[in-house]
Amino acid sequence: MGFEGIGASVRRKEDVRFLSGRGNYTDDINRPGQLHAYIKRADRPHARIDAIDTAAAGKAPGVVRVFTGADIAAENIGGIPCGWQIHNKDGSPMAEPMHPVLAVGKVRHVGDPVAVVIADSRQAAKNAAELIEIDYTDLPAVANLTDAVAAGAPEVHDGVAGNLCYDWVIGDKAVVDGVFASAHRVVKLDLTNNRLIPNAMEPRAAIGDYDTSSGDYTLYTTSQNPHVIRLLMGAFVLHIPENKLRVVAPDVGGGFGSKIYHYAEEAIVTWTAGKVRRPVKWTAERSESFMSDAHGRDHVSTAEMAIDKDGVFLGLRITTLANMGAYLSTFAPAVPTYLYATLLAGVYKTPVIYCNVKAVFTNTVPVDAYRGAGRPEATYLLERLVDAIAYDTGIDKIELRRKNFIPADAFPYQTPVALQYDSGDYQTTLNVALQTAGWDSFEARRAEAKRRGKLRGIGISTYLEACGIAPSAVVGSLGARAGLYEVANIRVHPTGSVTVFTGTHSHGQGHETTLAQLVVDQLGVPLDQVEVVHGDTAKIPFGMGTYGSRSLAVGGSAMVKAMDKIIAKGKKIAAHLLEASVQDIEFKDNTFTVAGTDRSKTLTDVSLAAYVPHNYPIEELEPGLDETAFYDPKNFTFPGGCHIAEVEIDPETGVVEMVNFIAVDDVGRVVNPMIVEGQVQGGVAQGIGQALFESAIYDPDGQLLSGSFMDYTMPRANDIPPLSVATENTMCTHNPLGSKGCGEVGAIGSPPAVMNAVVDALKEYGVRHLEMPATAAKIWSIIQSAQPRIAAE
Amino acid sequence: MPQVTLTVNGQQHEVEVEGRTLLVELLREKLGLTGTHVGCDTSQCGACVVHIDGVSVKSCTQLALQADGTNITTIEGLAAADGTLHPMQEMFREHHALQCGFCTPGMVMTAVDLVQSHPDGLSEKEIREGLEGNLCRCTGYHNIVKAIAAAHPLMHAEAAE
Repeated sequence: MGFEGIGASVRRKEDVRFLSGRGNYTDDINRPGQLHAYIKRADRPHARIDAIDTAAAGKAPGVVRVFTGADIAAENIGGIPCGWQIHNKDGSPMAEPMHPVLAVGKVRHVGDPVAVVIADSRQAAKNAAELIEIDYTDLPAVANLTDAVAAGAPEVHDGVAGNLCYDWVIGDKAVVDGVFASAHRVVKLDLTNNRLIPNAMEPRAAIGDYDTSSGDYTLYTTSQNPHVIRLLMGAFVLHIPENKLRVVAPDVGGGFGSKIYHYAEEAIVTWTAGKVRRPVKWTAERSESFMSDAHGRDHVSTAEMAIDKDGVFLGLRITTLANMGAYLSTFAPAVPTYLYATLLAGVYKTPVIYCNVKAVFTNTVPVDAYRGAGRPEATYLLERLVDAIAYDTGIDKIELRRKNFIPADAFPYQTPVALQYDSGDYQTTLNVALQTAGWDSFEARRAEAKRRGKLRGIGISTYLEACGIAPSAVVGSLGARAGLYEVANIRVHPTGSVTVFTGTHSHGQGHETTLAQLVVDQLGVPLDQVEVVHGDTAKIPFGMGTYGSRSLAVGGSAMVKAMDKIIAKGKKIAAHLLEASVQDIEFKDNTFTVAGTDRSKTLTDVSLAAYVPHNYPIEELEPGLDETAFYDPKNFTFPGGCHIAEVEIDPETGVVEMVNFIAVDDVGRVVNPMIVEGQVQGGVAQGIGQALFESAIYDPDGQLLSGSFMDYTMPRANDIPPLSVATENTMCTHNPLGSKGCGEVGAIGSPPAVMNAVVDALKEYGVRHLEMPATAAKIWSIIQSAQPRIAAE
Repeated sequence: MPQVTLTVNGQQHEVEVEGRTLLVELLREKLGLTGTHVGCDTSQCGACVVHIDGVSVKSCTQLALQADGTNITTIEGLAAADGTLHPMQEMFREHHALQCGFCTPGMVMTAVDLVQSHPDGLSEKEIREGLEGNLCRCTGYHNIVKAIAAAHPLMHAEAAE
């Protein structure tokens, strides 16, 4: 047994079951007597429902029941709740229209659930759904942001004027306008952050189960946070108290944010299971995923930076339109505000910042957090704007960044947009990345590519993000309707092995390994004697789940606190066994020792005494060695770093080839370097996907055109280059591990690096900016339209 | 209902299926072999790849009836009877070529066929092109490519023994 503690790239405990086909995903679970649900969805973006006739469907072979919105409306069932309330600049609360579980009166996006058929097989349910007749009156629809805020635009919700969910600001406009009025120069950039579809490889699934004996409900679901689902669905939608509702999120095949939210299908299977007194299972087909999983991004912004004659940033002014889709998903309102606008200082000393965000309803699938959530939008905006400043002023893009960096000795650093950064060293990550990328020798590579007829470009992004969410009191004051602490229960068993019950959830991140490594480190228990349990509200005291790169920084910190309690209690037991004073007991390497002696007891001696308390201080101490801790973080954590991309474009076809990608990130203390590298590689691939390939396309009337893997371009192996990933870490100063988080940095830092490289490759064509994704067709058109000018020069 | 007879992971089965039943549905729902996954409905993602008579096939693109008389290996049948992992499974673990594990069965089955059909070696480019039909959303493919390259000499050394 080699070193298995913090810092070791131990191979993952969960891998053998996944590699052997023994994973246990929701769709792999079948309950006795199970029925199947098929959901009839709106095939149009906006319509009034005049009538629904389910008679024929109800009589179809194998069908047990058919439910519609009228059945929901007749019961004590609430709408799907939103977990975050934003206030308008005038202090009034955001518009928060009802989000029914099944459509009532109107459908508002393609994919909106209208009816559900429960039958004895999936095929029977699907066949019967074809027999449901819905009389619709089509209504005018609006899909994109600029159309939705135009005068006279169709209204998605009655009573929500101008489709405006909220009109929110941060910063003092008068002060910022004053800086702009007297600035040497203002550089402006309009940009769009393209709408994405998360596409975790496992489609969502849910099984509702009702125990006729106890009256208890169980929901098996593809969730990143089963306790949050229990809270939202139990308390707000179905009104089932927590003691009668268990939520299990077993193995989950990727989430990337899309499996945070409480979805209608979870309520549908749970409610209908109670109605038909049998388990009800629903599994999304991929086409359903495209039109029902929350989408990501979708911002339209104007950014302006005021600079002095040397390129020093004086002030930043931004207006953003953010698409909410047809209804508010769980975290949606927080994404373009507290996860976006508060990040607009980035790694720079910009002294004043003003940002206005208008969140807008459209007849599209709800939009919510997708890997990075707000920070990719902020980073893309800033890093494209910095390159535009370099382009307009002729100042070297590296020097421009360096002179505006927050210096390494300035921490803690208070930004003008609420956040206080605790640590970082942006010059170092930049220096290492430049060195690794061979930045200084790039022009030779460009010239060599030119001789081969290729356009080569290099791009950089120096970024920062906020994760490890988040201090409960802070987010509460900002509108969160939940606390964002995390929970750990550490159970030392009588013979010394350990089970960790964590409120975080692993759906690819490898928690069963990394969290066990924390126990190896702190309690000295071998890795194979540590089990990590997650994803079951019946086993774990509580938890807020996994998103915002919080599992280690927040969930791991809760474990450290719980293990501190284990050690403190163990010392008292050891003192009794060793007939010594508690103050003299030291704990190290799985052993309690009387300081300065060789008298000791192992953790196993102590745990055995705790559970078999024959010789035990029973008057002062309870038996058992089982401790729980709730950890509420003191601040966000602030990973950052530098990403560099190198591309080659074939001017004949416009095809962009990624030839090199370097990431140097600061993620704080690393527990398992192998897993951190994997997280960053995966995030970078999603960022490259956003920059070059992916885009959710609605036609102007609200039909989803990119509704399958044949229409929505997912990056494949041949689209992604070998990825050079490294870390240069400074420690988080406010949590006991020093860890910051690594799950999202790849997707946050990479898109602007890629786009800056594409723009650099096209510089001879006079390209200053290009919207994502940089598809071949788009680039080919630019090259074609520029040809006559180039030829004439 | 029509009947199919097929051998799966060395075991013979006679199963009644509807004409429209897909091979992947037979494996998952009739035989309980849930290691083979369904990630899409357009034969794009490759999560459902199995071997039919030694050749990798997307089991969502075949009717169960078409598999009559064939010999099928799924991810559950890849390791040795004593549980020793196949070299491809071992290299996926060694090189951290999986995260959520959902694409993994299909990815491994594709990779095994890819290596078997290239006894003289596989370049990185050939590996990436060979994965054209398999989507992974977690890894960025970097470690999958490494794992397959590392498994190649192990598999062909084993085959030569």
